[in-house]
Amino acid sequence: MAEVAEKKSTATAVVKEKSEPLFSKKNRRLLSDPLDTNNPVTVQVLGICSALAVTVTMQTSLVMALGLTFVTAFSNLFISMLRNTIPSRIRIIVQLAIVALWVILVDQFLRAYMYDVAKGLSVYVGLIITNCIVMGRLEAYAMANKPWPSFLDGLGNGLGYGVILLLVGFFRELFGSGSIFGYKVFAATGLPFQGNGLMLLPAGACIIVGLIIWVQRARNGYSEE
Amino acid sequence: MKALRSLLDKQKPHFAEGGKYGKFHYLFEAAETFMFVPDHTTPAKGVQVRDAIDLKRYMMTVVIAILPTLFFGMWNVGHQHYIATGEQADFLTKFLLGAKLVLPVVIVAYTAGGIVEVIFSLWRKHPINEGFLVTGILIPLILPVTIPLWQVALGTVFAVLIAKEVFGGTGMNILNIAMTARAFLYFAYPTELSGNVWTYLPVGSKTVDGYSGATALSVLNEASVAAVDVQNGAVAALSDSWYPDLFSFGNMFFGAIPGCIGETSTLMCLIGAAILIITGTGNWKIIFSVFAGAWAMGLLLNLFAANGLGNAFLGVPAHYHLVMGGLAFGAVYMATDPVSASQTETGKWFYGALIGIFTVLIRVFNPAYPEGIMLAVLLMNVFAPLIDYFVVDANKKRRLKRATV
Repeated sequence: MAEVAEKKSTATAVVKEKSEPLFSKKNRRLLSDPLDTNNPVTVQVLGICSALAVTVTMQTSLVMALGLTFVTAFSNLFISMLRNTIPSRIRIIVQLAIVALWVILVDQFLRAYMYDVAKGLSVYVGLIITNCIVMGRLEAYAMANKPWPSFLDGLGNGLGYGVILLLVGFFRELFGSGSIFGYKVFAATGLPFQGNGLMLLPAGACIIVGLIIWVQRARNGYSEE
Repeated sequence: MKALRSLLDKQKPHFAEGGKYGKFHYLFEAAETFMFVPDHTTPAKGVQVRDAIDLKRYMMTVVIAILPTLFFGMWNVGHQHYIATGEQADFLTKFLLGAKLVLPVVIVAYTAGGIVEVIFSLWRKHPINEGFLVTGILIPLILPVTIPLWQVALGTVFAVLIAKEVFGGTGMNILNIAMTARAFLYFAYPTELSGNVWTYLPVGSKTVDGYSGATALSVLNEASVAAVDVQNGAVAALSDSWYPDLFSFGNMFFGAIPGCIGETSTLMCLIGAAILIITGTGNWKIIFSVFAGAWAMGLLLNLFAANGLGNAFLGVPAHYHLVMGGLAFGAVYMATDPVSASQTETGKWFYGALIGIFTVLIRVFNPAYPEGIMLAVLLMNVFAPLIDYFVVDANKKRRLKRATV
């Protein structure tokens, strides 16, 4: 059933978008905006919970970022394809069902092939289902736009989330455990190092996210009205 | 004095706007007004009524009020070292040893924080903030003497940057800056800020038999975890110390006990409080209500203990809570911080009392945090605006009721 719907809508989408190239300027912006000026974490302040929880090491940050990007992109795509058939009263439950499908796929994949990382991420893979970024993009974008732009929008927002996650994970792992991707940087270079316990706590992530927002706003000239 | 004045006057044009060192104008201004009365006068338009003291004098008064605890702290650092090693030493030897250990911490805190201050004043083109004179001396006083100096520097930089400059500098901070520095270090490097770190013992030094570096609060914490008599177990644990009368009420009030550099002496804190209150720099309502809140909470817990409920810590006599740990220091120098405290007069009562209550609650019920004043002050800093909001709101409602129209 879903397959049929997919074929149908992509077919119509291709026909309608003939005038617009796949990577038009507008579509490229869908990818690049969430990386900086409209970042889901630092500008829209969504998905903070998992950004604080999984960024103790870079490895978990990376896996979480990829997982969320995958889920957001494909949920956006499918919801966008179904958008005209979903009754608006029950749209949330339909959205949840589709998000859950992708989350379970990611979860099972991690358990099968990266069991240690899956252990490290604990419940947070399952909790992607309630991640504000996923639900936010579905409601705000996919329900009102065509599948291809929706897919790009989901991809862009997932990557925007991932960039922040990796940045936070980089500083937390470097200062908290003295390593990057598990590689002991300080021990290898022979520099003295004492782990900063605050960086291992979620509070440390909160402060780093704040600093990133500070730098970003100073650079972009953003000011709160 | 005259030579200094003429030197400053000669250099002044260089630092004026457009001068050779125009960029460093505020640096010059800070140095000038540190030594002389500021020369700017009231303009034709604007504020006409001014107080005799400006922010710089105000902050200097606080620094003077802090000095008793600093000097006592220096002596106590030496005193704790010599009683732990069992050596005899006179007053001056103890004081000099303490000074030798404490001064580097103070200097590092001032330098590290001062550098951040100067960078921000040049970058944001605002005058150098005098508030740091106080913060820079408070931070060393709430750290153990054994703390590595690089941690002092890191904690100070973190506090000045994150607690103050991020929010816009002096007068804009939400949290008490010195407490933020301590909280940062406490969570970042717990091994240097808890356990037996309070007494200076160089590697290889011998200690007397039965010596333990525990503070009164950690002794009580251990007693509360071990199953001892709920009613009298706590006092028994305190009186059973390795040095005669170390944790008697009188000695704890005087302050010759292990602890952070400046926090041990309730007596010195009270002298500081008197200076603050007489000069009008500190608010007596906050100081009084912190003590009152802690004492009332202690009494309430004693009631539970009298009925055999809870752990041995509940049975600590209420007045002991006022002299143990950093409650007095926090009440006098931290809670009264005019920026982060409640602004309304009624709010100050609630603000102070809640700090006292939370301090005792954290001490008694959370073995992970032997001392509660740090977390209590930070917590109430966050809630101070809310308290003010309710006080103002209540006032509005009362006046609306009275209104006849």
